[in-house]
Amino acid sequence: MSETDKLPSGRARINSLEMRGITKRFPGVLASDHVDFDVKSGEVHALLGENGAGKSTLMKILYGLYHPDEGEVLINGKPVRISSPTDSINLGIGMIHQHFMLVQTMTVAENVALGLPSSRGALTDLDRVSKRIVELADIYGLRIDPSAYIWQLSVGQQQRVEIIKALYRGAALLILDEPTAVLTPQEVDELFVIMNQMVRDGHGLVFISHKLHEVVEISHRISVLRDGRMIGTRLTSETTKQDLANWMVGREVGFTPDRGQVECGGPRLQLKDVSCGSDRGTPGLRGISIDVCSGEILGIAGVSGNGQRELAETITGLRKTTGGQVFLEGNDITGFSPSDVTDRMLSYIPEERMRDGMIKDFTVAENMILREHEKMPYSRYGFLNLREISQHADQLIKKFHVKTPSRETHAKNLSGGNIQKIVLAREIFRTPRVIIAAQPTRGLDIGATEYVREQLLEQRKQGVAIMLISEDLDEILALSDRIAVIYEGQVMDIVPRAEATPAKLGLLMAGVHPEETPA
Amino acid sequence: MISDLFTVTVLIGILASGIRLSTPYLFAAIGETFGQKSGVLNLGVEGQMLLGAFAAFYVALTTGNLWLGLFTAMIVGALMGLAMAYVTVNLHAEQGISGIGFYLFGLGMSDLLFQKLMGTVETVKGFPEIYIPGLSDIPGIGKIFFSQNILVYIAYLLVPIAWFVLNKTTLGLKIRSVGENPDAADSLGVSVSRIRYFTIILGGTLSGIAGASLSIALLNVFQQNMTSGLGFIAVALVYFGAWRPIGVLGGALLFSLINSLQLWVQVLSIPIPSDIAVMMPYVVTILVLVATVSKVRAPSALTKPFERGD
Ligand SMILES: Nc1ncnc2c1ncn2[C@@H]1O[C@H](COP(=O)(O)OP(=O)(O)OP(=O)(O)O)[C@@H](O)[C@H]1O
Ligand SMILES: [Mg+2]
Repeated sequence: MSETDKLPSGRARINSLEMRGITKRFPGVLASDHVDFDVKSGEVHALLGENGAGKSTLMKILYGLYHPDEGEVLINGKPVRISSPTDSINLGIGMIHQHFMLVQTMTVAENVALGLPSSRGALTDLDRVSKRIVELADIYGLRIDPSAYIWQLSVGQQQRVEIIKALYRGAALLILDEPTAVLTPQEVDELFVIMNQMVRDGHGLVFISHKLHEVVEISHRISVLRDGRMIGTRLTSETTKQDLANWMVGREVGFTPDRGQVECGGPRLQLKDVSCGSDRGTPGLRGISIDVCSGEILGIAGVSGNGQRELAETITGLRKTTGGQVFLEGNDITGFSPSDVTDRMLSYIPEERMRDGMIKDFTVAENMILREHEKMPYSRYGFLNLREISQHADQLIKKFHVKTPSRETHAKNLSGGNIQKIVLAREIFRTPRVIIAAQPTRGLDIGATEYVREQLLEQRKQGVAIMLISEDLDEILALSDRIAVIYEGQVMDIVPRAEATPAKLGLLMAGVHPEETPA
Repeated sequence: MISDLFTVTVLIGILASGIRLSTPYLFAAIGETFGQKSGVLNLGVEGQMLLGAFAAFYVALTTGNLWLGLFTAMIVGALMGLAMAYVTVNLHAEQGISGIGFYLFGLGMSDLLFQKLMGTVETVKGFPEIYIPGLSDIPGIGKIFFSQNILVYIAYLLVPIAWFVLNKTTLGLKIRSVGENPDAADSLGVSVSRIRYFTIILGGTLSGIAGASLSIALLNVFQQNMTSGLGFIAVALVYFGAWRPIGVLGGALLFSLINSLQLWVQVLSIPIPSDIAVMMPYVVTILVLVATVSKVRAPSALTKPFERGD
């Protein structure tokens, strides 16, 4: 083996990896239908497809988490057996999962060392592991402190830990399942720098994303899955974003929904000088005053971790305020319990929907009535009305195109994007007065994104007051009537849509007033 | 008189028997700590202890060999653990319920065997106090720390060992990860089932020893339901100790000291109604749990069965 066949980590390259005729059935779903897929050393192969198309399933098969019913995997032309993650790790395959696989209460080094043989036998060798982490981090420009606990890290940093975990195990081929869904634009740029370097060094990468501009920017080849079938593979240099969108969805898709003109009514949601703490004990919000009017979408822009989460949680009653007041349609709701806030028809689409928005082990139908389960018509005198619940579920599944074998399927068995849709459907459908939507299109495919945006605009037309919290500036600009930029728990400025430019918002998000006007 | 409690002899007596009485708590609670650290709540500790207590006693009685008795208790506890592991890991049973099932099984089975094989309450000569030349002769200290039976020393040795295993070994790393995020552990090739089997069987084995420590070291008799809730307190001690062996030790000592105090109150016929005295450890259990539990966080995957999508 010549030197050029080696990666910087010292491991051999995987010159080519081929999946042939992969078929996987789940109860009620054909998740992979005789799929062929291949990756070469030194390329990024993007995998596209709508929510539930079977992208994660295909990759979990490659990583040994799922066993295919049919099909084979070949590495450098030779068939290999992958029956567990141990096998795939030994073959040099690594995976960054759509939902991170990190132990929050352990350190970076412990997470990396987990499951690996130690140089000290039965004892852990965390010092050595830490040293090696720092070495790898240097090679790939991934700044990370090996002794930090995972819960102390931002999402972007946690992702770096995932990458290091894979590199540490000598991954020659790395699968990245929607790695950018949870990242800020700046973090995405940093990730791409790392990915580009890995490619130059001879790694093979599989990249899954719903954001076409990312796919066009980073990949060499693009394959599209639809309903478990491979539709085709193209060279990135020979396609455009619009082509891809149409190809993927199978119909023409527009990118900017029509906002239309809506008269704003009186304020429905008012925050007066609201303050609260954060999970780390530091101030989360520091005297925020905002109004959201009936028929208005107020965008909340800001770099993640500047109080977005705390903002949503104080309004919805999930977090105690330390000062100030919250008014809903003129009534003081400060200190109300979440269920009292719910009763006043405030809907909340939480950012971490998997954790805060649903119960994974409940069925789709049950998740769809979580918020209203004590109310007519879903329950009467304390008894659940199963027929109503089923009808309700079927209606939402149809309206929101939730891809699920049945309403009785456990939520955890749905694809990532379809899990999100359950929450969106539930929160939007109940004809709320106010909606707090945090990252509502994160993880959704193009069609679903379009649908959710249309829904939010439709609600706006009905006079609902909507607070849209998003790190995606495109989304903020596409939907908002006014944009409030928050920085370190304070409102930097509130800008009308017409005056907002990405450059101006960018400065505000960094804590700089463009033309030193007093706040 | 209350003041009788404060003579030096009595205080030494209280401390010495407090340390001795903490043995069964320690064995059982350290075993339970391993289980809970890996995400499994075993409520069957009490049943495992009862069967262990009976097995140890019966074998010691019939063969005259205490070590063989202890070994049998370990095997019995391990087998109960194995059954518990199968039910929780393979069958995904609700852990709280299956644990109570195992408790009832142990309670009934130990009594049945006792009736069938012995019928009457008998006594054995249990593990003797160890005399350590020099140390045992130190006034006070010698009586409290250096004149205990072998199981007491093993129990105390177990505390640093458990801490070391959980925090300094690759096995400990796996146990903790499986209890916090089994999906993550699984994705790195750690076998969640194997780790949980290991910790549940280890817990059963230690519960067996805990039972034996009652029947062939502390009390030297076997009676129906002789553990009287001790196994459940051991489970509570794990919460009390915030899933740390040293915390568990603190809890075990607290309860056994109160227990010991309570016994001396009765021995000295101090005019406190004996019912109240007997209640003390339990009341303290509840009070302390109320005061502490809300402040610590349990392993995230505690009581959650693990199942890979496939
Ligand atoms: N463990 C499972 N049990 C049952 N069905 C499953 C399981 N995992 C996935 N599925 C089903 O397989 C199909 C494909 O899911 P998959 O997660 O691969 O989609 P995806 O392309 O990754 O979608 P997304 O973009 O939403 O992440 C879905 O219909 C899903 O419900
Ligand atoms: Mg997916």
